[in-house]
Amino acid sequence: MLSRTVASLVVSVIGVLGPHTAAAQSVAELRWGGDAEGGAPFVEADPDDPSRVVGFEVDIAGLLADGLGRVPRFIQSGFTTLDASALRGDFDIALSGIEDSPSRRARLAVTIPYHQFREVLTVREADAARFRTLADLRGRRVATLGATLAFDLLTRAQVDHGVVPVTYEEDVHPYSDLALGRVDAVLLDDVLAERRVRQNPGLTNQPTDVGIGYYVGILAPENAPLRDRIDDILKQAMRDGRLEAIFRRWQMWNDDQRRLYARLTSAALPPPTVETPSPQMGGWETVWRYLPSLLGAAAITLGLSCLSMALAVGVGVVVASGRVYGATPLRLLLTGWVEAIRGTPLLLQLFVIYYGLAAVVQLPALVAAFVGLGLNYAAYESEIYRGALNAVPAGQLDAARTLGFSERQTLWLIRGPQAFRLALPAMTNDFVALLKDSSLVSVITVVELTKQTSILAVNIGSWVVPGAVCAAMYLAMSLPIAHLARRLERGWSRSKP
Amino acid sequence: MEPEQAVIALEVTGLRVQRGSSAVVHDASLSARRGEIVAMMGESGSGKTTVLRAIAGLDPPAAGTIAIDDLRIDASRPLGRDTRRELHRRVGMVFQFHHLFEHLTALHNVWLAPVHVFGRARAEAETRARELLDHLGVGGRADAFPHELSGGEAQRVAIARALAVGPPVLLMDEPTASLDPARRNELAVTLQKLAASGTTLVIATHDEDFTAACATRVIKMEAGRVL
Repeated sequence: MLSRTVASLVVSVIGVLGPHTAAAQSVAELRWGGDAEGGAPFVEADPDDPSRVVGFEVDIAGLLADGLGRVPRFIQSGFTTLDASALRGDFDIALSGIEDSPSRRARLAVTIPYHQFREVLTVREADAARFRTLADLRGRRVATLGATLAFDLLTRAQVDHGVVPVTYEEDVHPYSDLALGRVDAVLLDDVLAERRVRQNPGLTNQPTDVGIGYYVGILAPENAPLRDRIDDILKQAMRDGRLEAIFRRWQMWNDDQRRLYARLTSAALPPPTVETPSPQMGGWETVWRYLPSLLGAAAITLGLSCLSMALAVGVGVVVASGRVYGATPLRLLLTGWVEAIRGTPLLLQLFVIYYGLAAVVQLPALVAAFVGLGLNYAAYESEIYRGALNAVPAGQLDAARTLGFSERQTLWLIRGPQAFRLALPAMTNDFVALLKDSSLVSVITVVELTKQTSILAVNIGSWVVPGAVCAAMYLAMSLPIAHLARRLERGWSRSKP
Repeated sequence: MEPEQAVIALEVTGLRVQRGSSAVVHDASLSARRGEIVAMMGESGSGKTTVLRAIAGLDPPAAGTIAIDDLRIDASRPLGRDTRRELHRRVGMVFQFHHLFEHLTALHNVWLAPVHVFGRARAEAETRARELLDHLGVGGRADAFPHELSGGEAQRVAIARALAVGPPVLLMDEPTASLDPARRNELAVTLQKLAASGTTLVIATHDEDFTAACATRVIKMEAGRVL
């Protein structure tokens, strides 16, 4: 996962540098967007040369560019933001295992499908007999990628069969977590499922399809004329076998594709229609439908933030006391810990706690999120408390000693209370920051407010309404905290010059 | 003088205090009998405050011994936690800059140690704290926070705080610095009563009138030495 992230970073840097290094600057480019983090066989950094991307989408982009008389140039984009980037004009076309859907057709110029996939249920071999369909998975956790047809199918199965959908940002960990027993099934397309089952010997794919979908390219609506030219190039490549050659190369060719291409290239047969698990609705209507899950996600955000902050305060106080009162070895140890935590990204810490330690201890996602956020913020809290403890005048500590107070009593009765007052504004600030940073835990499958909003936004194809609702919910949580802190500070203002 | 008052309450021998590599107090020796009011006089920087801080256990001496009743502290041995506690219970100190606890009211400053260090009942300690503040003329300011007090008021609250604990030896650093002449005389009377009840007082001061009014003995210091 991490090496792949690094590789995709390299790719995007190369992408940015591209125009300066491209030899044929006079030749028009076909700028195509994809997510190299999606991995093989779609788009991924070439293991032999991470500055290049490889995958069937890369080959298709080459085929299209060739037909248009242009040079393909890859532009890295996050999978969940491909639609928005296409609309903004960040690239001409996105090709990245993008699924056909009525909502995409309503908002974007969508090409004809070039690949048909089946949604396949993957389970552990030991469970093959008892978990055959989604209906067998009542109360069980079923993993998938967010913002996909599989996710929509799972959302429906949540209502119909009581399964618990768990969303991931990428397609590696759903299967490794299935092998570890963190989830009981994975629902994804056959392209991914077959690859991952080959890599994880203990897993097996159920033979019954859960659904059928198609991969398409997407363009901004004003690029409809370009889309039409691309459709013609695709149809020609279907007739002359060039697409078949590409999919054979990536071991994805089968009878489904043969039938799909026959249908698309014959005027007699109607083109395939995409089924949608739920009827499409307008923005507000969808928001209304999603409101309970948004509120649930907000509760997770708030609950997780409060618990993590409590852990951060507790550990922060202990670490700060150790650094102020402790012996030199302890101080050095704690200083090292604080610097290590502050000097590395929270995202990395979450990955390590959830995935890195999975072989040793399998923490549930929420517990890993609580520990990761809590310990990360503890490092920052400890620095605030250390500063505040040192800001209490030394003369008062001398006075406390001559009055007979022990160090512990001095800390508890004199130094601590004054330090707490000094620290409160910074603590309030940190709590509000933590509330927002809690959105990072979506990378370890916790669906909190931002993740739920992102799912909703992808579903309706717009961030405007979901973004406003989400922002309002964050404010509704953070403003009372700030208000409470201000009231506390006002209450103390008489005792503080 | 009664025989009891002849008992040596505080004896300092060969005290040396260093700041960095240079000594700020050299070979200082002094003693005080129980109930005495010893005034330590000398210019600023002569080492008066440093001697008081060393006796109070705040600045560790480099050499010498300090004996308070039967408690003996030797600079050559590190001060253990129990000894330090015992020292702090026997020696109180009023600082020139008061060092009141800023988050607590004047009254709370005075009763905090009696309750938490000496385990007295809160109500009893509070009543006693009020009496002390009344006696020192700041009863009306009992509910004020330190930053709301004038310098003289803060000085008297700090004295009340030290008296509330009632240590056998009380050190005072420039106690009249923030007081007007009338208050100074009142303080002199208060300290004489305190001494009469058996408390030993060592006072670092510039104030010759105050010294004349209440000191039983005067020690002079100059350039870190007791003359």
